[in-house]
Amino acid sequence: MDPIFVNSKKALLNLFSAFLPDWTVVLVSIFISIGAIMVLGPFTMMYLTWFERKLLGRIQNRIGPNRVGIFGLLQPIADGVKMLTKEDIVPEGADKAVHLLAPIAIVIPSLLVFSVLPFGRNMTAVNLNIGVLFFLAVSATTTLSIFMGAWASRNKFSLLGGMRSVAQLVSYEVPMVLSVVPVILAAGSLSTVDLVESQGGWNGFKWFVFTPWGFTAFITFYLSGVAECNRTPFDIPEGESEIVAGFHTEYSGMKFALWYMAEFMNVFTVSGLTAVLFLGGWQGAPGLPSWAWFFIKTYALVFVMMWFRGTLPRLRVDQLMGLAWKFLLPLTLVNIFVAGLWFFIPDLRWRVGTAVALLGLTFWALMALNRTALPEKRTYEFAE
Amino acid sequence: MLGVLRGMGITLKNFLASYVLPRRPDSLETGGIVTVQYPEERLPEKENFRNFPFLVFDGTVDNIRCVSCDICAKECPPKCIYIVRDTDSEGKPLKRPKVFDIDFTVCMNCGICEEACPFDAIFMDHEFEIGGPERQKSLVYHRDDLLKSTAHFQKIRPTDFAAIEERRKKDAEKKAAAQATVQAAAQPKPQTPPSPQP
Ligand code: SF4
Ligand code: SF4
Repeated sequence: MDPIFVNSKKALLNLFSAFLPDWTVVLVSIFISIGAIMVLGPFTMMYLTWFERKLLGRIQNRIGPNRVGIFGLLQPIADGVKMLTKEDIVPEGADKAVHLLAPIAIVIPSLLVFSVLPFGRNMTAVNLNIGVLFFLAVSATTTLSIFMGAWASRNKFSLLGGMRSVAQLVSYEVPMVLSVVPVILAAGSLSTVDLVESQGGWNGFKWFVFTPWGFTAFITFYLSGVAECNRTPFDIPEGESEIVAGFHTEYSGMKFALWYMAEFMNVFTVSGLTAVLFLGGWQGAPGLPSWAWFFIKTYALVFVMMWFRGTLPRLRVDQLMGLAWKFLLPLTLVNIFVAGLWFFIPDLRWRVGTAVALLGLTFWALMALNRTALPEKRTYEFAE
Repeated sequence: MLGVLRGMGITLKNFLASYVLPRRPDSLETGGIVTVQYPEERLPEKENFRNFPFLVFDGTVDNIRCVSCDICAKECPPKCIYIVRDTDSEGKPLKRPKVFDIDFTVCMNCGICEEACPFDAIFMDHEFEIGGPERQKSLVYHRDDLLKSTAHFQKIRPTDFAAIEERRKKDAEKKAAAQATVQAAAQPKPQTPPSPQP
């Protein structure tokens, strides 16, 4: 069961190598991987929209889509047809070329990052030795596309959304990258494949999240990741109730769908990377195939993101920036130090003790320092 | 911090409960799905529900209660009622409408026509599933589309029907009595004009 995808690719390649020259077989191999990703990405996006609507519906005691197909399973296709047939409106004052390019440009990095995700044992499209760095760098370029779209729309709301997006993504990039550092320290490699393999002990459950620094880094990374994909409660760039829809106010039809596609693919890839870095990627109990473990973990994290969306109201801009700079950043810095100490102290009890104590202290101090100043309770003498 | 966790707990509880608890459209407190799958399932109609007026007739369609007095058309705030009085072959006006149109695209369901009508001829219906392929013609309901029997009225609004029938019967008795006294008074002294009816 486990190497089913790998073997099917091999079988295909054998088939081709029978009548094609060697160098084309390499090309075919590349195209198979690309094809798999190009199918997986949009397909994931389509069904994540369905999943989200079902889940939010249930949270709000509704049923969610149930008209098109059983359980509304064909709803994404109906939506796709609707999106394709809708009128494409471009504002008169818009920068036409950039307005068209922005939604296309945002899908590219979202698809590119799929290539370094290890979906299972030997199931990484490209085993880059700087995989994590590649992921973070490429996903950071989505900011540029968002700002392109916002600027080209020539709309105040869009521009505000774009500005907010830049501020937010630049801020959250810092704790995000810093929370990866302890993991890289532990694994001694930037390659996603090596990272997963270094979490292989204990019957496939030696995940980084079970160490104090790993746990902290997991939380900070995941929160920053949620902010990176502009998801609630960090969705100020598109805040419907404040700035209409932010950067995609002026988009309609398929261009609008592309923005959403990028967003949902980011949700998936960020959850996938979190699973790879902290939850052992495709490692797990031997009963299930490795790719099943990867998808279970990733979808569990996606579920949590949607659960956030069903629960939390949108943060204010200052709260958002405060969380990144005043809470997550110091915590990740201390966390790197703690991880360093962890590998320095030989005795197990001592290193767990110091790590927990240091992190607890930092957490408590940061909570105390960041406490919002509540005004004194007033008494209204004449009110009653 | 704790508040966030508590909130997450509440949403998770609702999420899980929506699969476990029975579906009950009537109570929001207990949890469980409250949606009614409309075309297949319906909530029971409330008797006091009011929507779109209709004209009543007694027994047969020829017996329209409406006397074409035009009061409802004058009272209707958005002026969506249009009435033309019927005439007989000699051009003498009759006490019934030839044309009675209500434009349901304009009607705002205020129920003033029902209140204004002195002849209990127009009442609010329970109909809400109307629709048309265009805006101009298909939603203008004509006299024959609007006609519904008293039986229908009794079915949808039994309480109102009973009260109104009671009143109508009393009115009729009073009228008959007044008629009788007038006739009795008119017998010995035929030269006195009959007193106006109350
Ligand atoms: S319900 Fe109101 S708006 Fe409609 S016909 Fe009667 S008076 Fe006019
Ligand atoms: S419905 Fe009533 S108020 Fe309207 S014209 Fe007929 S009798 Fe008069």
